[in-house]
Amino acid sequence: MTLFGTIGFAAPGLLLGLLALPVLWLILRAVPPAPIRRIFPGVVLLLGLKDEDQTSDRTPWWLLLLRMLAVAAVIVGLAGPILNPQPDEGATAGNNPLLVLMDASWASASDWPARTRALDGLLAEANRRERPVALVLLTEPGAPVFQSASDWAQRIPGLKPQAWEPTPAMAQRLVQALPDGGFDTFWFSDGLARPARDAVLSALREHGKVSVFESPRALYTLAPPQVKDGAVHLILHRLQPGPAADVGVTAQGTDPAGNPAALARIAASFASGATEADITLTLPSEVRARVTRFEIDGQRSAGAVALPDDSLRRREVALIAGREDREGLELLAPLHYLSKALEPSADLLDGALDTVLPANPDAVVLADVATLSPAETDALLTWVEKGGTLLRFAGPRVAASDVSRDAEDPLMPVRLRAGGRTVGGAMSWGEPKTLADFSADSPFFGLKVPADVTITAQVMAQPDPALAGRVIAQLTDGTPLVTRKRIGQGQVVLFHVTANAEWSSLPLSGLFVQMLDRLAVSASVTEMAPQDLAGTVWQAEAILDGFGRLQDAGQLAGIPGERLLSDALGPELPPGIYQEGDRSVARNVITAQTRLTPASWPADVTVTGLQRPQEQPLGGFLLALAIALLLADVVAALALSGRLRLTRAAALVLAALPLLPVPGQGHAQQGDAAAIAATDQLHLAHVLTGDKRVDDLAQAGLLGLSETLFFRTSVEPEEPIAVNLETDELAFFPMLYWPVTADQPVPSAAAYAKLNAYLRSGGMILFDTRDADIAGVSATSPNGRKLQQLAAPLDIPPLERVPEDHVMTRTFYLLQDFPGRYLGRDVWVEAAPPDAELIEGMPFRNLNDNVTPVVIGGNDWAAAWAVDGQGNPLIQIGRGFSGERQREIAYRFGVNLVMYVLTGNYKSDQVHVPALLDRLGQ
Amino acid sequence: MTTVVALRQAAETEAARLPALLARADHLAATVLLGTHGRRRSGLGDDFWQYRAMRPGDSYRSIDWRRSARGDAQYVREREWQIAQSILLWLDRGASMRFSSAKTLPEKADRARLLILATAILLLRGGERVGLTGWSLPPRRGDVQILRLAEAFASDSTEDYAQPEARGMLPHARAVFVSDFLGDLTPIEAALAKAADRGVRGVLLQVLDPAEEAFPFAGRTIFDSVGRTVSHETLKATDLKDAYLRRLAERKDTLSRLCRQAGWQFNTHHTGDSAQSALLWIYRALDGSHG
Repeated sequence: MTLFGTIGFAAPGLLLGLLALPVLWLILRAVPPAPIRRIFPGVVLLLGLKDEDQTSDRTPWWLLLLRMLAVAAVIVGLAGPILNPQPDEGATAGNNPLLVLMDASWASASDWPARTRALDGLLAEANRRERPVALVLLTEPGAPVFQSASDWAQRIPGLKPQAWEPTPAMAQRLVQALPDGGFDTFWFSDGLARPARDAVLSALREHGKVSVFESPRALYTLAPPQVKDGAVHLILHRLQPGPAADVGVTAQGTDPAGNPAALARIAASFASGATEADITLTLPSEVRARVTRFEIDGQRSAGAVALPDDSLRRREVALIAGREDREGLELLAPLHYLSKALEPSADLLDGALDTVLPANPDAVVLADVATLSPAETDALLTWVEKGGTLLRFAGPRVAASDVSRDAEDPLMPVRLRAGGRTVGGAMSWGEPKTLADFSADSPFFGLKVPADVTITAQVMAQPDPALAGRVIAQLTDGTPLVTRKRIGQGQVVLFHVTANAEWSSLPLSGLFVQMLDRLAVSASVTEMAPQDLAGTVWQAEAILDGFGRLQDAGQLAGIPGERLLSDALGPELPPGIYQEGDRSVARNVITAQTRLTPASWPADVTVTGLQRPQEQPLGGFLLALAIALLLADVVAALALSGRLRLTRAAALVLAALPLLPVPGQGHAQQGDAAAIAATDQLHLAHVLTGDKRVDDLAQAGLLGLSETLFFRTSVEPEEPIAVNLETDELAFFPMLYWPVTADQPVPSAAAYAKLNAYLRSGGMILFDTRDADIAGVSATSPNGRKLQQLAAPLDIPPLERVPEDHVMTRTFYLLQDFPGRYLGRDVWVEAAPPDAELIEGMPFRNLNDNVTPVVIGGNDWAAAWAVDGQGNPLIQIGRGFSGERQREIAYRFGVNLVMYVLTGNYKSDQVHVPALLDRLGQ
Repeated sequence: MTTVVALRQAAETEAARLPALLARADHLAATVLLGTHGRRRSGLGDDFWQYRAMRPGDSYRSIDWRRSARGDAQYVREREWQIAQSILLWLDRGASMRFSSAKTLPEKADRARLLILATAILLLRGGERVGLTGWSLPPRRGDVQILRLAEAFASDSTEDYAQPEARGMLPHARAVFVSDFLGDLTPIEAALAKAADRGVRGVLLQVLDPAEEAFPFAGRTIFDSVGRTVSHETLKATDLKDAYLRRLAERKDTLSRLCRQAGWQFNTHHTGDSAQSALLWIYRALDGSHG
């Protein structure tokens, strides 16, 4: 390869061909263009004429230049020019076997495409040199296998960064697997310092040269969110202290309908030279509970994603007590301690059971509620089966009732014995009982039992074969204190004591809060410690890949709670969300303790950035340029020889242009000018159906009606406007004429929203099925069915046939018929309210103030109104004079309709005329 | 046999063209009659001209007794001059006429045929005798003559530039010559001189294609006549434009001067224009020159 600056040539010998260009110039210049033969009778007049300029037959210089350029482009293109050819240096030079080592951790994910491109170039170069190549990812180390570079190149798309970092164990595995013999190493580093690096580097340098690629790109990470004082605190780090920078952080989650949405966005500012930035995000707790992840905008990396766990969620708990009506001291209220315990971490719902259940709370607490109505029982059961937690407390009422006495109540975990027991009281033997330690299968396992919790009274569980499996806490004498039953995905838990301090001191203790926490009734606001998780096994719910995408966990083995928080991330413990029972814990790549340190390399290791220009073959471009030049030459040569007339060429070019939409006359358009045109005068408007004949007729009809209005009334409309429901603004038009055709498209949802807004704000639509209403109200004609389909999403009130005393019959003319092309009687308008009545024997009705939003008929009014440009009727109506009379009545209906639309119930006010005259003293 | 079949086929083709040509000409003539001259011909068939007082030399038979009985003087009923005018037509059927520069334009021959036949129909409807110069079709009256004329016009000549037929001109007849007049001018000059000798007056209508008027050519070109008998090569057609246009103007001037000398009228018609305007011009030119 020969290099000329940044351009190299694969076959520079071909460039000698450029020397032939001057010869070609001379040859081309000597040959005039071929003549064209033309038939021309006037040739006799030409006989004897001489050409004035004998040299003009030569090819003009610019055409020659064009051809020279084309030929030169071909020659240079074939010589194989390459832009930015790869220079030779470092580990890429030489012919030793090449080991490509990639960190492939989350920190390389954000510029992974750049890395694979660089790898691609590296492999291409190695392939040219026929060097064997081995590729090893440090996050998934294996023994290096040397193969041909082209084999590896095919596997590049399958390489993925992992969400964890190489651990010392992985590094050790790699060092042990290194083959003997010399090879050079090319290391794609992620730029983070870690202890495993040095051992690998020293092992590699024993085999050959080591070159390191590091991305200069800024690396940002996001620490898990922490909730303090009701606000979410987020801490961002960056690897290299640099100039001041703003980084966006987005809280991703679901909207109330469950669709993914960005819930909040906030910018974090790194001060100049700082590597840490923190932001505070205040979110309503309802929104906060829906956050599924925080991520740094523009960083595709697992380190830029922070998964929140339960600590972000505020649970909704409904508290229901059986003795709300009892007047008593606050401290004796059954729910007092519960509310105190839950308030910091949960949203409390107050209300009757049937009103709080539709809100789908996470937990319902029934404190001393004995009996529930069958409907409430059913609703609660359904809710529990879907995953609700029903927490019941005993109390005097439960003890006194027959609930779950003979048969187990579906909403009770156990059967209860009558009455319960009292121990350690004034009237009983024995000491108050204390709690026994929790057994290993209890959700409370691991909690420390304080010695001062005493139980003085409780309800007793009926001994039962199933009882042992349902006890999750018991007293020192083995009496069940807390029992639990699973129903579907949910559970019912019964505390055999009251929720206040009447029967025990449990609600007064810290253990009570912890127990609620374990039952997932409340969520802990403090970070979990490994010992809190002792004895539990956690299952991955969703895991992060290296790019920070949440993915299904698949069949990953469960993780013991002790290891969940302390072990390093790796293939067995990928970052993600882990669940145990109803609790969830997030393992993030970045923890609150993580600090980023840039990797440091020995001075003799070549470190280069990823930012190197890629090899770019230019031959194709030049050959394409040559073809384009030759095409231009064809056109120019034709034009020069008179075979291509410029006008014809221009016509061809114009014909090739896409046909621009030419706005039809009177068609409503967007923009201020159109809005002004539509509103400076009154315009009647019709809806475009897509059927040109119908649209033209509607336009002509409204034109006829407009002219009639102009001549007869003080309404002076301008030219009618065709309205496209999808694109045009409707609010400008007092009335829309909508001819119904069987095959017109149904407007979109947005158009319907616009139409409904139009109808609600006083617009009126005149629907015309144009079929003489032959099918009547049963709507079995195609147009009638279409009308039903069109009008179904519209906000249309109940309708009635136009009554005799409707305002529309007297707004300008006195009418009882509304003919168009057809003489049908059935025209439908909004029904009068039921309390409308005749006033003072006058036929005027005190209708509501609104104009009817729709008028529906099938008389094909536009046909009767239609006129051509000269004002002559377009369509024959009826026969002879009676037909003309029908047309006249049709016009009168149109005039009345427009008057009605414009003046509303003004004519109805005529009823008040006698009263007004009275008042005037006449 | 083949010649008979070929002849038959050609005749059929020509015959098939005739009604259309007739209809178009008829239509054109009808518009003229209705438009400008319709009223003038009302009361058709009344050949009464005027009453005049009897003069010496009038025969008694010529006295209109009914008119004369109303007074003392004798009146003679004069009739309109019954001798119809003879109109002689010549249509250039040379190959040079079979040219059109664009698909949207008719051939010059087409337009010329249409115009001359329409003129003939107009004249025949007006009661004139219409025929061809030369001896092939002498002037006659009646609708059948239209068919004969159409038949005669339908045939094409093979020569490139036709010469006008000046033989058989009746004295004091009218003549209509339609051609592109691109050929040699000497026969035309001779024909006009001969016509002037015989007291024949008429019109020359030059039918040209717009391209012949504009010369929109460029580049190295070989120009051929329609019959390929004449050709001219140029290296740069645009340079010839001015010279060509000058020569065309000179030719028109010459024709116009010849016409003035012979008492004829000259006009140029382009196939790109409406045929009706040219027909009207012919009609007025003939109308103005007779009666």
